[in-house]
Amino acid sequence: MLKVNDLKVEVNGKSILKGLTLNIGAGEVHAIMGPNGSGKSTLSHVLSGRDGYEVVGGSIELDGEDMLALSPEARAWKGLFLGFQYPVAIPGLNSSVFMREAVNAQRRSRGESEYDAMDFLSISREKMKLLDMDESFMSRAVNDGFSGGEKKRNEIYQMALLEPRLAILDEIDSGLDIDALKVVSEGINKLRSPERSLIMVTHYQRLLDYVVPDFVHVLSGGKIIRSGGRELALELEESGYGWLEQDMAAAE
Amino acid sequence: MATESQEIDRYISREYEHGFVTEVQQDTFPPGLDEGVVRAISAKKNEPEFMLEYRLKAFEIWQQMEPPEWAHVHYPAIDFNSISYFSAPKADSDKPQSLADVDPEILETYEKLGIPLHERAALAGVAVDAVFDSVSVATTFKDKLAEEGVIFCPLSEAVHDHPELVKQYLGSVVPTADNFYAALNAAVFSDGSFVYIPKGVRCPMELSTYFRINALNTGQFERTLIIADEGSHVSYLEGCTAPMRDENQLHAAVVELVAMKDAQIKYSTVQNWYPGDKEGKGGIYNFVTKRGDCRGARSKISWTQVETGSAITWKYPSVVLTGDDSVGEFYSVALTNNYQQADTGSKMIHIGKNSRSTIISKGISAGKAENAYRGLVKVLPGATGARNYTQCDSLLIGSRCGAHTFPYIEVQEPSAQVEHEATTSRIGEDQLFYCRQRGIAEEEAVSMIVNGFCKDVFTELPMEFAVEVQRLLGVSLEGSVG
Repeated sequence: MLKVNDLKVEVNGKSILKGLTLNIGAGEVHAIMGPNGSGKSTLSHVLSGRDGYEVVGGSIELDGEDMLALSPEARAWKGLFLGFQYPVAIPGLNSSVFMREAVNAQRRSRGESEYDAMDFLSISREKMKLLDMDESFMSRAVNDGFSGGEKKRNEIYQMALLEPRLAILDEIDSGLDIDALKVVSEGINKLRSPERSLIMVTHYQRLLDYVVPDFVHVLSGGKIIRSGGRELALELEESGYGWLEQDMAAAE
Repeated sequence: MATESQEIDRYISREYEHGFVTEVQQDTFPPGLDEGVVRAISAKKNEPEFMLEYRLKAFEIWQQMEPPEWAHVHYPAIDFNSISYFSAPKADSDKPQSLADVDPEILETYEKLGIPLHERAALAGVAVDAVFDSVSVATTFKDKLAEEGVIFCPLSEAVHDHPELVKQYLGSVVPTADNFYAALNAAVFSDGSFVYIPKGVRCPMELSTYFRINALNTGQFERTLIIADEGSHVSYLEGCTAPMRDENQLHAAVVELVAMKDAQIKYSTVQNWYPGDKEGKGGIYNFVTKRGDCRGARSKISWTQVETGSAITWKYPSVVLTGDDSVGEFYSVALTNNYQQADTGSKMIHIGKNSRSTIISKGISAGKAENAYRGLVKVLPGATGARNYTQCDSLLIGSRCGAHTFPYIEVQEPSAQVEHEATTSRIGEDQLFYCRQRGIAEEEAVSMIVNGFCKDVFTELPMEFAVEVQRLLGVSLEGSVG
């Protein structure tokens, strides 16, 4: 479904991703792990089309369509969702109004009729119930005054409403205590489906105890240096990233 | 992120919609100002002697004053002799006697502006007084209001029909010598609205005035006087537009509000004067003095304004809290774009015991605009238990605009409490990206963020204005849920 081929990205002339290749099939859950500065967040941002990153080589295709040619919103309409590491607050903007516009923008792009306020209310209630969330979320301003845990749960709620083909969750576990992590993980698991693929970008293997991935990739120095199954994450936890990087250095 | 801010600029800037000119025959004085012109204005309106004296005295005072220079705005000196001080649509008879007599072209103008001038606007429940250049052309719902004893008419009529009220209250809140433009207004004011709400009456509908400057090289100097007698309530709306002209036009209005014991006045403004073009050419100079006096105990005056127009705005709606337990409020959104300059804010003068005031100001700057908040909170000795809360937020769009805050606080009463909060933020690339990643296109995202920023003020607007304001700021209406 998602094909990233030999992707090379620079920021202010500095090379960050140096030929990254990644294939993700429908319904698969992939974890991308790596030390700080390895290019994990850059990958999330480039996939979703953020400004400030220059793609100097390679390609990104979602369901056979060239993503690099599309604006961030057009990528969202194609079913690409990014769960932010630091969801930004928009004071005064009601969450429910915000998400109704987001859902309707997507529906318009597909030539579907827009939801009116009542339709949307019942759909959002259903999703909140699924994720065991308090309805007061809807009446608050977008991420304004939210705790770290609330922000991350809100990201998952937004994902539930938008029903993406591909969700990239960028360090969704950062800043969460163990209870919040469990709640957020539970939500993610409820949203797993054979049609939906997931990329979990994380520094720690802890998250993967709760959301068990099909594949694990290690990103280091702008490239994927090792891919494997679930056990790779456990190995990393035991030995750290050091041994892999040394391996790499030896091989070069 | 230079390209990003250019994008934002493009979205925030819209062509001015109300820039059409109406072709009606105008009776306009030649430019220039001297005692003869002041007398001629008074004669034109068949004013009683006391009004002529009032004007002449004001003219004398004005001649000895200098234009103010302390505001954070820049413009070439105004030549007051290049302005015409009176312009009125020329009607067959002296003036329209009823709506049927109003020039159809003028009615069409108001149609274009979306003002419900015809009586069919009964549905909207708004009584409109429309001021076209210098004269009031139509006042709707006069009869219905008269049943309640409410007087709502052009000030030029009030000086004839209710001279005792005009004599008692005109200039009692904004004295002639208050400032340069107030003195000028007192000398040459042409027309405006007059409202009197009798004791204990709750005005049955929103009252509204629409101001329009149509003629070339004319100044508009309207004067509004609203008196709410004991225990009465009134909500008043004011809207303004002007055609696009390359020359700057002067608007120097005075608004006076008087609230007696237990009375409440809510005054809302949507100001959309022509702001000039993208290079800063043309546009209205909006130099306005608006002040309310909470004269009686437990009275309340609330100003709400949304300012998107004018080349230069210089305006500080104020409340003098004379009565004990009186309440003053000021809610403002000021949007400046391109080369617009705004120096606006509020003054709250606490005299009465336990008087309370709130100032919520939201300034939005885009393009190369300069937006300044200037506010004064003054608590006089003896105003025990007085309280003020001021919140002043600025939002910057792009990197070439400016926001400034000049709060002045003078407290001479130890038991008073004064709080001031101020924030400045920029529409961030991260906020925009967040919206866009969720599928909301950039234009809509900017609107939503600006709308969210102004929310505290928008909730204070009467329903009739809420829709217009959202459209003005190019924002879609927030959902009807909840």
